Amino acid sequence: MLSRSIRGAAAATLAGTLAISAAACSKPGESAAGHGAGDSAVVGIAYEPETLSPLLGYGKDGNSKIFDGLLTFDKDMKLKPALAAELPEVADDGRTYTYTLRQGVKFSDGKPFTSKDVVFTYRTILDKKTNNASKTELDAVEDVRAEGDHKVVFTLKYPYAPFAERTVLPIAPEHVAGEQDVNSGSFTTKPVGTGPYILTGWSKGEKLSFKANPGYWGGEPKVKKFTMAIIKDDDVRATRLRTGDLDGAILPPNLAKTFKDDDGRTTYAARSFDYRTVTLPTHNKVAGDTDVRRALDVAVDRRAMVDKILEGAGKPAYGPVPTDSPWFAKGTERTHDLAKAKKILDEAGWKPGADGIRVKDGVRAQFPLWYLSGDKLRQDHALAYASDAKKAGIDIKTQAGTWEVIMPRMKHDAVLAGGGAPGDPDFDQYTLLQSSLAGDAFNNMAWYDNPAVDKALKKGRESGETADRRAAYDTVQRELVKDPGYTFLTHIDHLYVVDDKWSGLTTQTEPHDHGLASGPWWNVEDWTPKK
Amino acid sequence: MTHPGRKLPWGPMARMAGRRTLFAAPVLLVVTFGVFAVAAASPFDPVKAYAGTAGLTASQENLDQLRVNLGVDQPLVERWWNWLTSAVAGDLGDSSVMRQPVTDVITERLGWSVLLAVTAFLVAILLGTSLGVLAARRQGGWLDRAVSSAAYTLEAAPAFWLGLLAMWFFALRLGVLPAGGLTDTDSEVVTFGQVATHLVLPAAVLGVSQLPWFFLYVRQGVADALEEDPVRGARARGLDERTVLLGHALRSGMLPMLTLVGSRVPELITGALLVETVFSWPGIAAATVQAATSVDFPLLAALTVLATAAVLAGNLLSDLLYGLADPRVGFDG
Repeated sequence: MLSRSIRGAAAATLAGTLAISAAACSKPGESAAGHGAGDSAVVGIAYEPETLSPLLGYGKDGNSKIFDGLLTFDKDMKLKPALAAELPEVADDGRTYTYTLRQGVKFSDGKPFTSKDVVFTYRTILDKKTNNASKTELDAVEDVRAEGDHKVVFTLKYPYAPFAERTVLPIAPEHVAGEQDVNSGSFTTKPVGTGPYILTGWSKGEKLSFKANPGYWGGEPKVKKFTMAIIKDDDVRATRLRTGDLDGAILPPNLAKTFKDDDGRTTYAARSFDYRTVTLPTHNKVAGDTDVRRALDVAVDRRAMVDKILEGAGKPAYGPVPTDSPWFAKGTERTHDLAKAKKILDEAGWKPGADGIRVKDGVRAQFPLWYLSGDKLRQDHALAYASDAKKAGIDIKTQAGTWEVIMPRMKHDAVLAGGGAPGDPDFDQYTLLQSSLAGDAFNNMAWYDNPAVDKALKKGRESGETADRRAAYDTVQRELVKDPGYTFLTHIDHLYVVDDKWSGLTTQTEPHDHGLASGPWWNVEDWTPKK
Repeated sequence: MTHPGRKLPWGPMARMAGRRTLFAAPVLLVVTFGVFAVAAASPFDPVKAYAGTAGLTASQENLDQLRVNLGVDQPLVERWWNWLTSAVAGDLGDSSVMRQPVTDVITERLGWSVLLAVTAFLVAILLGTSLGVLAARRQGGWLDRAVSSAAYTLEAAPAFWLGLLAMWFFALRLGVLPAGGLTDTDSEVVTFGQVATHLVLPAAVLGVSQLPWFFLYVRQGVADALEEDPVRGARARGLDERTVLLGHALRSGMLPMLTLVGSRVPELITGALLVETVFSWPGIAAATVQAATSVDFPLLAALTVLATAAVLAGNLLSDLLYGLADPRVGFDG
């Protein structure tokens, strides 16, 4: 019996091998066929969203494809109306925001969009039972109510100038999402929205497929079919772009460079608010010393980091606000000057010891610097920073760890941190620098405490006048030069390589967390195929 | 050589399967408790994992509320007991990290993983066995030397690297096979033909990464058996080479390989995790890794039960095969 079955097995193996090679032969050219036309686009992204429900945080910064916010950002990050008919009316010293809604908008299931949906979305997000980790961004909201079918009024707890920028968050339909468990209902994977695209399939770990929404209020997109392939590995993504399987992909600088001489593809470098910084904890005897902070601020060679670590795809950073932002305080750039760093330390009484490391009042100039283990970019920044500091006589020991290890140490140990939310200067600066937020989860990780900064930050977020706000944020940035509680290192450009099949591709200024909403496909609904 | 008979010994085999199933229940119980205990002791924080990057700007109050909502502030035993009682009643709970019921998470993904793993396992077993027999037949011959050295190289090569290499060669250089996904990237329908072509590379890579073990075991086993008395006796009786090789040598040479079937299952599962990631295969792999790093108790427990069941089933299969191949062993274990 057995010998027979083994012969059978051998035959099956042979048949199997033949079938495999036959299948392989039927393939050539097939994948190229569907890709000629510009009405279908396939892009490769690195991260898969956990959920597609705006109630749980999906698309909170806009460009969600499936949904629209009340407002939206254009390519210059200026607000323009989306589901609202116009920009909001601000009254009561910046405490009430009134939105008049666009009429005649329908969800993709045919039901009309009304003020009820807006109220439902915001109230659900703010509900304690909703597991939305970004709800802190709506902290200012006291109440939201509908006035008739086409008007919504937000009341704020305190005047909050950047509030309008928070209202790009997508609106969910109450008649669908309101009928189920907000945290695990089917809406989180099978969304219904008013947006330019309709989700046709989500094969987890493989891809998200969209088709154009024929009834979109902004006009039906010309790219009729849009697919986002989820490819975690950078090399694999680059390979699949090269085979023509993908029309575009996000790539790290070293791989993007390999497409530089490619005739049919263009590399887009998106500017970003994505910073890398070193926290200098106030409660550390060395890192909390203003002279040490000032010395480190000029001892560090930011240009070299941009050139070597980022391969040129980025810029030196001097604060959370990038140098090319309109909110950047001109003149606060710090040039690399090792001699000046040494002079600052010498004058402050930090004298070099026998091993070259400085000492003051028996305190050795050393502190640990943590970075997230497995994050190559942060590791490189940390090592470069420690090496620059060493030249000035400050001994920084770099250590890798997970957030669970790092978090309890943040009060005394330095951390190589990253973040960045584009748009308003309040977003990053308030959470990084406001002293009352010291030690509140990951906010103000350095326990920065500067009364002048606190005052300016409050003024900046409460004042409705652009001139007042500009003055306030100038003060913040100049104070940060005098007492740099963080050493900001770089702002990182995000690189995307895309086939030249469409015209007019642009990029927005991108956040640290650049998921599927970023890249040249932020406005794929406006792409025009080249003839 | 007496054959065990034309009929398979269904009775003893069924009894063995039954005994093992009964034994599996306490094993699974202990394993799930172990998972809860290990997960509770792990340094990962489920709340931070749930919040992701949004957690970096969230207030402590928001994070604390999440902790309560997710139920991760309960004591270990209570949490395990709650999970167990509802799981027995058929409710596997909600996966916090996937934001959907555990049953949905698993049913959406498991089928594709099983398809990949089973195909790869068949490739490894069939190819490994046939190459092993051929190599053992002419030990030191060119085929033996070529395949053996390739096998040692493959044993050392990570599946991840093999995947990249295969993709580079077949998808980029030759352009004959798709580089990843379950279907063509811009296609929304899942057809048999598309899945078949997309399955080739991942299954081949996973299969080839498992192949060396089967090949080396069979080669050694058959080579040893060729030296044994029954084989020499068979040759002396003038049986033709084919019958000697396949009927006698392979039969006793395969015994060690059969135990391997059971013990390779865990390796196959971990290998599948890597291969699925490289080829964007929509299987359970990504969910497994995420469940572990996010300490997603309900999902983690369900997946562990599945993996344990797969390993137990693999062991049962290998014992059944062993019993069939060598009647002296029987079906008592």
